[in-house]
Amino acid sequence: MTIALLLAAALAVACVVVVALPFLSEPDPETDELDELDEDERRRLELLEERDRALSALKELEFDHRTGTITDQDYREEVGPLRREAATALQKLDRDARGQHAATPPKRGTSDESANLR
Amino acid sequence: MPELGRAALVVTLGLVAYAFVAGAVAAHLGRRRLAQSAQNALIAAFFTTLIASLVLVAALLRHDFSFTYVARTTSEALPTGYTISAFWGGQEGSLLLWLLILTGFGAAAVRLNRRWARDLIVWVVPVFAAVATFFAFLVVAIASPFVTQVAPPDGAGMTPSLQNPYMLAHPPLLYLGYVGLTVPFAFALGALLSGRLDERWLIATRRWTLFAWTALGIGQLLGAHWAYVEVGWGGYYAWDPVENAALMPWLAATAFLHSVMIQEKRGMLRIWNVLLVILAFSLSLFGTFLTRSGVVNSIHSFTQSAIGPWFLAFIGLTVAVSLTLVFWRLPLLRSPTKLESPISREAAFLYNNLLLLALCLAILWGVVYPMLSEAIRGEAVVLGRSYYDFFLRAFGLPLLLLMGIGPLIAWRRASLRSLATAFRWPTLVALSTGVVLLVLGAGSSTPGLVAYTFSTFVGATIVMEFARGTRARKALGAASWLGAFASLMARNRRRYGGYVVHASIVLLAIGIAGSSAFDTVAEAKLTQGESLAVGGYTLVYKSLAERQSANATEIRATLGVQRGDKELGTLEAGKNAYTIEQQVSNEVGIRSDKLTGEDLFVIAEQIDPDGSVYFRVFVKPLVNLIWLAGLVFLLGSLITLWPDRREQRRLVARSSEAGLAAAR
Repeated sequence: MTIALLLAAALAVACVVVVALPFLSEPDPETDELDELDEDERRRLELLEERDRALSALKELEFDHRTGTITDQDYREEVGPLRREAATALQKLDRDARGQHAATPPKRGTSDESANLR
Repeated sequence: MPELGRAALVVTLGLVAYAFVAGAVAAHLGRRRLAQSAQNALIAAFFTTLIASLVLVAALLRHDFSFTYVARTTSEALPTGYTISAFWGGQEGSLLLWLLILTGFGAAAVRLNRRWARDLIVWVVPVFAAVATFFAFLVVAIASPFVTQVAPPDGAGMTPSLQNPYMLAHPPLLYLGYVGLTVPFAFALGALLSGRLDERWLIATRRWTLFAWTALGIGQLLGAHWAYVEVGWGGYYAWDPVENAALMPWLAATAFLHSVMIQEKRGMLRIWNVLLVILAFSLSLFGTFLTRSGVVNSIHSFTQSAIGPWFLAFIGLTVAVSLTLVFWRLPLLRSPTKLESPISREAAFLYNNLLLLALCLAILWGVVYPMLSEAIRGEAVVLGRSYYDFFLRAFGLPLLLLMGIGPLIAWRRASLRSLATAFRWPTLVALSTGVVLLVLGAGSSTPGLVAYTFSTFVGATIVMEFARGTRARKALGAASWLGAFASLMARNRRRYGGYVVHASIVLLAIGIAGSSAFDTVAEAKLTQGESLAVGGYTLVYKSLAERQSANATEIRATLGVQRGDKELGTLEAGKNAYTIEQQVSNEVGIRSDKLTGEDLFVIAEQIDPDGSVYFRVFVKPLVNLIWLAGLVFLLGSLITLWPDRREQRRLVARSSEAGLAAAR
């Protein structure tokens, strides 16, 4: 019983250390703020999702057409609007990136997404 | 060492309670170190729960009957495998397993998604911790597996029907499924709390949901096979409330796995998806409540216990908090896109969702109706098999048909002409099969005939999709047909893995229709030398023998089996009398025809002292397709679950592009 209680006490102490580790390893940090997306970054993430969704839909339509799952008629009707959607999403991202460039120097290199369409 | 087990659980409770409070404060105030500390607490809680679990397993293996739990669920004579399975064979142990899996999944989900969804994870941790706090509280204060007593000379043993190899895998798989549904729930609530309702919570949880769904599906099939070979009533699914309890969250998760595709492809159904996740998780809690509260009478349920009201309160709280959050975030959840046409792939998925949900709710009503009628009128009115069978046909058959239609329709809208082109061949094949089956006599059961016809239709669409896809890959430059097929699967794992899962559902439908709509049954009391004819077989009762195994006396009747003039060997059926448990179980005899998938199933219902035996015999056509469906289902799920490095890279790159740098 004594050994069990000693082990239990050691376990509790170890857990306290693990839980306190972020404070022990950084007692006086430069910043304690959470790394979160700001409003601009969140809007950009939404635009990126929109872009990926449009490109993925286009890719799937092409594949379905190639396999014959989608007929020529359905393909012709769908491909135009999907291409426009993808182009719009890329243009919005470009505008957003240019706006950010103008406002602040970039944190990291941003590519010209419209290259994806070419 | 019960003290160590108890202490480890108390520490677990402290850790998860801390993770809940500190995590919530950190997320609300935006404190980085506090959030990290809460994450550490959740991860540490897994290890402390693991220690408690190891203490219990060690006590089981040492037959330490000073643990009340060990004495109540095992005995000295119980084989080692079943002794270990006693860990989840009783209420307290199974709750500990719940907590172990929950903290393990929580720790893993937090670690795996931290690179690209860190801002979301901060809110996920307190949700996980809140659920874990409830379960930790139960095993510390209400149903502890570490209660001790003066050790009796031997334990009470294990219920004989649980002494079956399937019991080593069936319950843990169901727990993996039930608990796995906590992951999408925690991420959905984290997304609602934080307002980060972009796609990341869906992507982070897709594989977890698929894993939980696979585990629940396989767990249920193993349970069905256990009921078939062990319980000895001649079937595999009895619409028992506890069986239904596992089926309902599986149906809700199936609906979610389909509707999530609509959100990913079209940005639609955002409210619906969150609601489905909440429903699936709440149903998994409800299932656990049904098994453990003692409110239903089932062979699966544990005895009447004190945890029922706690569970009910927790389910109520979960539903209330979740729905309040959904209501609060409605403006953020509204979808910018609308359904463009009722004839489109997203519309087909939506119909599929409505049917799945309707079936789920019909089953839920069947489960709660006896409880409600007992509470209101003082008499439990049980809705029988015919109730469930009606809804299975009414919603299940259209669902089966939709499984073939959905993948062949275009997204957004499809023209009637292209529908005619796409469905020409599958319809022709299905109708031809239906007519042939009708001529062969399958018209004796209309639902059975419809199930076969629809199954053929879906099977034809799946074969066609694989053939077309492989041909397209070959045209793109694959060296061989095999290479083209492999490339097709590797590049579209989710889609073609999904088709493999659909193929398994087709096998399941054929197996269920064959074995339930077209089965034959005969029964008779036979003395040695007498025979019984059923479904083309003749069984001759040859002899009766008694033998002793490690923990039971086994009595077996041997029957000679003939089909026409052909001798097919012998079959044994009988009973086991378990000495310590003082219980008797049916041990059925099954002869499977590997070529046709048919079973000859013999139950020795009653063995008289004069050696005569009352036999009940079933012939179940195609029943083995149900178990084959399990293997195909597992294969399809594994293909879909397989990690996709390209997708991971894309997600990290997208988060990085948005500003959430991996290194930050």
